Amino acid sequence: MGLMASLRLKFKSMFKWFFKKDKMRIGIYGPPNAGKTTLANRILRDWTGDVMGSESNVPHETRRAKLREGVKIEVDGKSLTLDIIDTPGIATKIDFHEFLKYGMSEEEARRRAKEATEGVIEAIKWLDDLDGVLLVMDSAEDPYTQVNVTIVGNIEARGLPLLIVANKIDLPNASPARIKAAFPQHTVVPISALKGLNIDTLYRVMAEKFG
Amino acid sequence: MEGIQLSLISREKLEKMASMEKLRMILDNVKEGKIVVLESGLTPEEEAKLIEMTMLEIDHENFVGIEVESYPPKESFFSKLLGRKPGRLTLIGPANRVKTLSKQEDLITALVQLGDG
Repeated sequence: MGLMASLRLKFKSMFKWFFKKDKMRIGIYGPPNAGKTTLANRILRDWTGDVMGSESNVPHETRRAKLREGVKIEVDGKSLTLDIIDTPGIATKIDFHEFLKYGMSEEEARRRAKEATEGVIEAIKWLDDLDGVLLVMDSAEDPYTQVNVTIVGNIEARGLPLLIVANKIDLPNASPARIKAAFPQHTVVPISALKGLNIDTLYRVMAEKFG
Repeated sequence: MEGIQLSLISREKLEKMASMEKLRMILDNVKEGKIVVLESGLTPEEEAKLIEMTMLEIDHENFVGIEVESYPPKESFFSKLLGRKPGRLTLIGPANRVKTLSKQEDLITALVQLGDG
């Protein structure tokens, strides 16, 4: 990014600060199986009583981005209205043979792989239309993946607020500290979206970051 | 002799290329089974575009995607001043041949397989 682009970005951030939107459009991003839909469902259940989509251990369960508008979060007297987009997991490779291991027929596996590739493209396109990102990482996995590095780099280049959610802290080998060490320049909130652990802290930090 | 072709592309060559030209060259090389090493890497936007282009070209029979690994860019005083974050060394290969074994801030360890994995 050149000097002009940098100045444009700084001007855009100042403009956004002066003319704050009454609603923020937040994308939930991350690699497949990090728990993005589980988190989206947790947020929706807590604040609307509804859910976003079905959760599964099979990678690429979410193959179309799902948008839920007007989710109102209230923390410490502060109110925040969000449009939440649950995006398909971003991956650099998709092999239909992987889905066969989950007992799918070849036809079903091929269809899922095709839809998953379209989902990745859709998730990347959404990056242009967001006001902030919740990047979900699996605390039990290596955080230094190319997908995480690419998403963080893109959000930084766009000057958007980013909150890293270190999910699955209920797992015995979880290490949110590893995520903090890999991305020290960003706020990391350790949670378990499945069990609801530390979820109130996440809402408080979301209100600070996106409010 | 069975082997794998490596394309090591210099910073100078990359700087002369437009983004799309660079990404097309990378993807064409990788689809031919070659491993591409870029001396100066890609910007985050180019990396996202590369993933998007890869997804469009997956055919599930011959090309299932790429393995791409780069170090996070380091910010210098001048890059902060100019808002520039140049990518650092990046390795890209066909997903069925290259597997990343580990990655740290300054070290990438990859396994390259001769036959299809």
